Amino acid sequence: MLVSTKWLAEYVNTQGLDPKDLGEKITRSGIEVDAVIDRTQGMTNVVVGYVKECVKHPEADKLNICQVDVGEETTQIICGAPNVAEGQKVIVARPGAVLPGGIKIKKAKLRGEESNGMICSLQELGIEGRLVPKAYAEGIYVLPETAVPGESALPLLGLDDTILELGLTPNRSDALSMLGVAYEVGAILSEDMKYPEATYTESDEKASDYLSLRVDAIEENPMYVAKVVKNVQIKESPLWLQHRLMAAGVRPHNNVVDITNYVLMEYGQPLHAFDYDRLETKELVIRLANEGEKIVTLDDQERTLKSNNLVITNGKEPVAIAGVMGGANSEVHDGTTTVAIESAYFAGGSVRQTSKDQNLRSDASARFEKGVDPNRVILAAERAASLLAELAGGEVLAGSVVVDELDKTPVEVVVSPDFINNRLGMKISLEDMTSILTRLKFDHQAANGYLYINAPTRRQDIKIPEDIVEEIARMYGYDEIPMTLPVEESKPGGLTSYQAKRRQVRAYLEGAGLYQAITYSLTSKEMSQKFALETAPVTELLMPMSEERSTLRQSLIPHLLDAVSYNTARQADTVALYEVGSVFLGETESGLPHEQEHLAAVIAGKWVDHSWQGEKKAVDFFVLKGIIEGLMELLGHSKELTFERAVVEGLHPGRTASIKLAGEGIGLIGQLHPSEQKVRDLKDTYVVELNLAKVLNKEVEALYYAPVSKFPSITRDIALVVDSEKAAGELQAIIQLSGGRLLKAVHLFDLYEGEKMEPGKKSVAFSLTYFDPERTLTDEEVVNAHNKVLKALAEQAGAELRG
Amino acid sequence: MEAQLQQLKEEALQKIEASQNVKELNDVRVAYLGKKGPITDLLKGMGKLPAEERPKMGALVNVVREEVTEVLEARMTLLQEQAIQAQLEKESLDVTLPGRPVKTGNHHPLTRVVEEIEDLFISMGYEIAEGPEVEKDYYNFEALNLPKGHPARDMQDSFYISEDILLRTHTSPVQARTMEAKEGKPIKIICPGKVYRRDNDDATHSHQFTQIEGLVIGENIRMSDLKGTLSVFAKKMFGEDREIRLRPSFFPFTEPSVEMDISCFKCGGSGCNVCKKTGWIEILGAGMVHPNVLEMAGYDSKKLSGFAFGMGPERIAMLKYGVEDIRHFYTNDVRFLSQFHRTEV
Ligand SMILES: [Zn+2]
Repeated sequence: MLVSTKWLAEYVNTQGLDPKDLGEKITRSGIEVDAVIDRTQGMTNVVVGYVKECVKHPEADKLNICQVDVGEETTQIICGAPNVAEGQKVIVARPGAVLPGGIKIKKAKLRGEESNGMICSLQELGIEGRLVPKAYAEGIYVLPETAVPGESALPLLGLDDTILELGLTPNRSDALSMLGVAYEVGAILSEDMKYPEATYTESDEKASDYLSLRVDAIEENPMYVAKVVKNVQIKESPLWLQHRLMAAGVRPHNNVVDITNYVLMEYGQPLHAFDYDRLETKELVIRLANEGEKIVTLDDQERTLKSNNLVITNGKEPVAIAGVMGGANSEVHDGTTTVAIESAYFAGGSVRQTSKDQNLRSDASARFEKGVDPNRVILAAERAASLLAELAGGEVLAGSVVVDELDKTPVEVVVSPDFINNRLGMKISLEDMTSILTRLKFDHQAANGYLYINAPTRRQDIKIPEDIVEEIARMYGYDEIPMTLPVEESKPGGLTSYQAKRRQVRAYLEGAGLYQAITYSLTSKEMSQKFALETAPVTELLMPMSEERSTLRQSLIPHLLDAVSYNTARQADTVALYEVGSVFLGETESGLPHEQEHLAAVIAGKWVDHSWQGEKKAVDFFVLKGIIEGLMELLGHSKELTFERAVVEGLHPGRTASIKLAGEGIGLIGQLHPSEQKVRDLKDTYVVELNLAKVLNKEVEALYYAPVSKFPSITRDIALVVDSEKAAGELQAIIQLSGGRLLKAVHLFDLYEGEKMEPGKKSVAFSLTYFDPERTLTDEEVVNAHNKVLKALAEQAGAELRG
Repeated sequence: MEAQLQQLKEEALQKIEASQNVKELNDVRVAYLGKKGPITDLLKGMGKLPAEERPKMGALVNVVREEVTEVLEARMTLLQEQAIQAQLEKESLDVTLPGRPVKTGNHHPLTRVVEEIEDLFISMGYEIAEGPEVEKDYYNFEALNLPKGHPARDMQDSFYISEDILLRTHTSPVQARTMEAKEGKPIKIICPGKVYRRDNDDATHSHQFTQIEGLVIGENIRMSDLKGTLSVFAKKMFGEDREIRLRPSFFPFTEPSVEMDISCFKCGGSGCNVCKKTGWIEILGAGMVHPNVLEMAGYDSKKLSGFAFGMGPERIAMLKYGVEDIRHFYTNDVRFLSQFHRTEV
């Protein structure tokens, strides 16, 4: 809402407050002033001129040489506007003038002819092109004949004004009108209101003789008022009205349309003017549209109506979409002589639905949607009638045609001063409270410890005691509220064990060298199931903004890979990222997808880069595996952790494993498939994804200390020759199972495949640690245990000792 | 024999002097003082001397031996010192060479902000509550006093999955769910999480972003408690000398509703580009829980009251760290992420 402070001052005394200070007061007490706009924009030396003579430039077709009376002298100005003509009163920027944007006007010569200034369009004075009346949109603006040459043009155009731009919250639709804002400002400044006048002489003829009215959809349209005005003369509105409309962000058209818009801005009540004669039938019937029914609206669009769209008809066909936009067939035009003015109350929900269906929003629909003041429907119709009489020479027919089943009783709110003070933590006196209610013009009474308040119908946001708490508090001032802390039973706060573990997981991964990434949950349908740990239906948006973000992800890996590509394309040597986030597995009984918290990580590029000491290493499978092993150790699951070769689409078939805890799958790890790497223009990239929720929710044995032994351990190394395909993990498992109680640790320390080996064979070396916490082991005991291991290896894995 | 002894001594001393390192000197020791050395030989050869000369000669040999030994030891100490010195010199490092890097990652800046806020409220007795990102319309809107057709739903254009299911547009449904689960008992929670709105991504909008909200419900919770709590938050988060101010606002789930500004942490209130010359920075929205919200969750709004507040970690991170474009948080550019490595206390 754009509020001209000059216009506002017609309804409430703003005490000569600087508009900035006024804006600040309004902001602090309830309605945010987003901007304070000075309409002069620093303009100077812009005056009224009279074009005494206008001839074509001999050297340039499109230029005119004008002799312009600017009060103190007559001066020559070259003007290129197509509409400049002798006898016009125009806006002249004199040499030395400054226009918006800091443009300075100087004397100049155009094709050999002197030009002492510039004849201006409204755009050149900083008015948006969309607000300039169509007649002047492509040229200079022509002032009324009454303008006096030499006088400043700014007051004439209402540009000596400051606009407050209000950022209205949905509850304060009452401030979508100048009067509404005036009530608010009056309450803030403790000033009284001046209301607009609506006086006119009624003709002898009755409106009801001209027009009949029927409402067939009373729920959508509980109140409809139409007035008829005869003998109107369609012309330009007076300048004051035009510039007020432009200040409010509305383009002037002609006097009748402008009056309806003016009253809309003044009262917040949308009006519509029909060309009475073009209605043809002398009747108005308001009903729901027939499905598929058509209407051409004022913007020349043909619109197909739905059966829940409310329309105004002439009894045969629609002439307006109720509360949204009029029809072209009944539009007021230059030849209109009789108009029917509609002032109605259309239900907010109905207008919102229609506006949405037709994808059409207007100043009118915005106000109906939020609910207009039931008590202004008639007032606004009368104000419009009086302006039509005054500014269009109209003859207002007696009375109105009315259907009115609208409940206009104010909402009663009963609240005790104690309740207000308890809610606020304050001690505001009853006198202060009633004084605030008086300033707000809320009808109220204090009796037996309660305040009985009739909320004015313009304030539809006031319904319950808490609303009064807010009104009192904002007018009293939020700065006056003391600062306390909740008094309650004191309980320790904290994280759940899951949340605490999740934080430790993050810290661990970061310590291991990974940065935390956050990527989008929405992805393309194609990507949504890629790398998913389990198969589940996808969850798709009804109306995605793009295919790229149409479906909820089932794996974190695809977006992390995007991040790797992004960073690699920007010369990053190493990309090491992890993410903790939800994946969405549709559908469950509740209808919501199952949200599972996952952990994923990606690594690419160099892992160790300390080249001057000869340490350099690219990422590989075992870097990432080591990080996961470390993580499981941190979480107490090392003993249950296993990796098994697996095949996953999009991953390298020979370098992929499923990760299991106690045999149960919890994730996958692997290298991105070389062909995928190629598509993404990546070097070797490794990925891992875990069902974090499953891991963190898994039971862990209590941490219990084992005494540190005084006895030494004995280590035996073995080098085994086995078939190349034999997995090291299998050998390790055989060793662990066969080693007996004395075998405390097995550690793979060497792997050799190559020339020195027989083809198809490899050598794997383990270091085995034997140890008894109770005593020093004898050689014999170790040999016994060790022989069992060797025997098992030979029998179960065909392993031979390497000679 | 005496002359022979004198000559040996001279020779030995010369060789000692000539030794350049420990090994050479040891060779001299072995050569002259060892069991097979000439001095020992002399002692052995004393048997040939007349008996009365033996004691005198013996004494003389010992004196020479001691003298040589003494000089040798002194030389030895010197050479050893020199050897250590040489070794140290050889082992000297260019200490300005770079160390072996310990590469660690770090929190995403949003997590950094969220955890800082979480920890602050945990210290005031709050718990962290979480909930689903795909929500029922009921919890996202209706339970929060936003019935179907409410004008404020316009403010939150949403990603719907079906007529009744959508991506949550705020973390408030977690409040609604917590209230329902607590069945009328007091509540003190912080709810962080991802939220989604149907916006085109640009410098100030993101279709996915983060929110963190707080909710306190109890007997006689007052607006002054909200103001006091927010003041503690502002000071901890933005500096001890921060002041706060409340401005009236509107949220469907609170009444009264306010927005909180803090005095600008950059200019202290005199006006700068961070605060757009106003001296104040808008940080969060808050209010007293709307009675409809309490009643819908089964709380008696006559007996219990509460406050709620909510803010955007993106906005806080942007203000605190001067980040100019919200998309940086979701691009995961390592050059961006790695700047949030160091501690700040
Ligand atoms: Zn500042």
